[in-house]
Amino acid sequence: MLDFVQQLVSGIALGCVYGLIALGFVLVYKATEVVNFAQGDLMMLGGFFAFTFIGMLGLNYWLGFAGAVAAMALFGMLAERVVVRPILGYPQFSIIMATIGLGYFLRSVVGMIWGTDDFKIETPFSDGVLRIGSLVLAYDKLSVIAATIILCALLYLFFNRTTLGTAMRASSENMLAAYYMGIPVKRVVSIVWAISAAVATAAGVLLAPITFIHSNVGLVLGLKAFPAAVLGGFGSIPGAVVGGVLIGVIESMAGFYLPQGWKDVAPYIVLLAVLLLKPEGLFGVHMRKKV
Amino acid sequence: MRFMFKTDYEDDIKLFPHSGYIVTYGVLLAFLLIAPFVLSSYIVSQLVFVFIYATVGVGLMILTGFTGQASLGHAAFLAIGAYSAAYLQQFNVPFPVYFLVGGLLTGVVGAMVGFPALRLQGIYLVIATISFAFIVEEILARWESVTHGNEGMRVKALQLLGTTVSRDSPSFYFLCLAVLFLTILGTLNLLRSPTGRAFVAIRDSETAARSMGVNVSLYKVKSFAISAAITGFAGVLFAHKLSFISPEMFTLQLSIEFIIVILIGGAFSPHGAVLGAIFIVMIDPFLTYLKDDLPGIIAGIFATFGADSVTASKIYSNVAAIASANGLKGAIYGVIIVLFVLFEPLGLYGRWLKIKLFFQLFPLYKRATFKRQKIYVKSERNR
Repeated sequence: MLDFVQQLVSGIALGCVYGLIALGFVLVYKATEVVNFAQGDLMMLGGFFAFTFIGMLGLNYWLGFAGAVAAMALFGMLAERVVVRPILGYPQFSIIMATIGLGYFLRSVVGMIWGTDDFKIETPFSDGVLRIGSLVLAYDKLSVIAATIILCALLYLFFNRTTLGTAMRASSENMLAAYYMGIPVKRVVSIVWAISAAVATAAGVLLAPITFIHSNVGLVLGLKAFPAAVLGGFGSIPGAVVGGVLIGVIESMAGFYLPQGWKDVAPYIVLLAVLLLKPEGLFGVHMRKKV
Repeated sequence: MRFMFKTDYEDDIKLFPHSGYIVTYGVLLAFLLIAPFVLSSYIVSQLVFVFIYATVGVGLMILTGFTGQASLGHAAFLAIGAYSAAYLQQFNVPFPVYFLVGGLLTGVVGAMVGFPALRLQGIYLVIATISFAFIVEEILARWESVTHGNEGMRVKALQLLGTTVSRDSPSFYFLCLAVLFLTILGTLNLLRSPTGRAFVAIRDSETAARSMGVNVSLYKVKSFAISAAITGFAGVLFAHKLSFISPEMFTLQLSIEFIIVILIGGAFSPHGAVLGAIFIVMIDPFLTYLKDDLPGIIAGIFATFGADSVTASKIYSNVAAIASANGLKGAIYGVIIVLFVLFEPLGLYGRWLKIKLFFQLFPLYKRATFKRQKIYVKSERNR
């Protein structure tokens, strides 16, 4: 039983990281119908920025965190401007390919600049543990869970309570109509990319104590975040986090209770099953096409 | 320029629109037939890879280019073809038999993937095919009694008509060329047939196709099966060419490379698959060339513009460091993909068509002919 709870908590913590990356997908998808295959790589780049600020320049953790988030928000806008804006509105496949290309580029360039070693960021929560009876919970895992909850709440409020959030939802529903209503769609898209890159950076920095940061971490985790986003139903913010947590728990449990090899495929098997039974995901809304 | 007057539908779907095509392709084919006897063995070996990649490219083109179903799982189909060949070879099954079995088995698996894919659209389909590829990769690594797991499998030279055909011999080259040739011919004929027209109809508008009486589900599954079968045939050849296969060869990376083949070549014509295959096979030798010669060239350019020898040698070592960095290939891939998507979504073949049209219409060519219309789509979610 104790093992089970232990696995559950570490699964949830890992799942929260997947959820945060999936949040990035969902934010961009919600606003622009673009699926950003480079989301994991944005997370990786954010982690490296934080590593540079904290590990190499010796800044305070929180200062470095904020600096990395700000730098990545700018980078997100830049990436949107250069790669995505010219093809906004074209078939999804083109955009998927463009973002795959962007991911390739980021991964290689990071490998060329920082090298292909593993890096670790020292955080205030690196060492401590919380003991409840005989249950041992590491602070770094708890910090990830707490940060995810806070970020989700903020984003949920942002989308449903602010004008900008409403503008984003409007431009996702019908870009042309949004233009007609006076929404500056291009700027909205830019801001969405900034937010999603910032969220990805937060995920990257929170992840750093759990797994090391290296240039391929974005690909590995990004590919786990897809099932998370799909499970939750692409386009649903709570769905992304719930999906992420589910994937994390499934992976963690499969690693503990099932024979070797199941750990890596279990999320995908669950994903395929969900896609077969409920293609729109757990929280997705099924819409009918009007002809 | 040549004016072509089409008077009926038969003219529109002819395999060769006019006799010029027969001459051009005849010359190309003749050149390819004498190639192994005149070109160096290295180039011939690269050409074999071009043929195999182009075959996969044509297979993927049927699915992605003509039926509009994206797939990032074709490495898995290639793996199934390769592994079934390697497995059957152990029992001394003759080549023609395991060649056919490899392709057909992959086709059956493709149809099985096609059924669940019926309900999926766009991004969901991409992710489903990625998941399928991951599961296949894991099965290959774990099902040790058949696949030998991560140790990989050795593939013996193939036996055909009582002779051994080694992977570097001209005979193997001709075999691959024949497979590519038949694949392209078959595909062109498929696209002229009702099935091919149904594929295109589904790509352009599923709703419209359905209302025209096209059985969308049936044709989608067919498209998956045909595409997978072609990839499976290529997989058998791939296994023989490499003579050793292991699960880590058939990763997502390879699937992405196949997509790059049709993306860079152009997804709507077999020409595109061939051009894309040439591109993807040639990028490695090209990068090696860059690594060896680029620093010298750049330092030379600086030297001719008056840089002193110290600066020149500094430039040389800096460029050499960048050119030999590990990630260079990935970075170049990334940049090329992005540039093609942004500026030439029709690929190299599309570019060629534009150049051709420019000369055909010479003084009258208008830049706006191929200009993309800015489009603001309604949500694809409502599809």
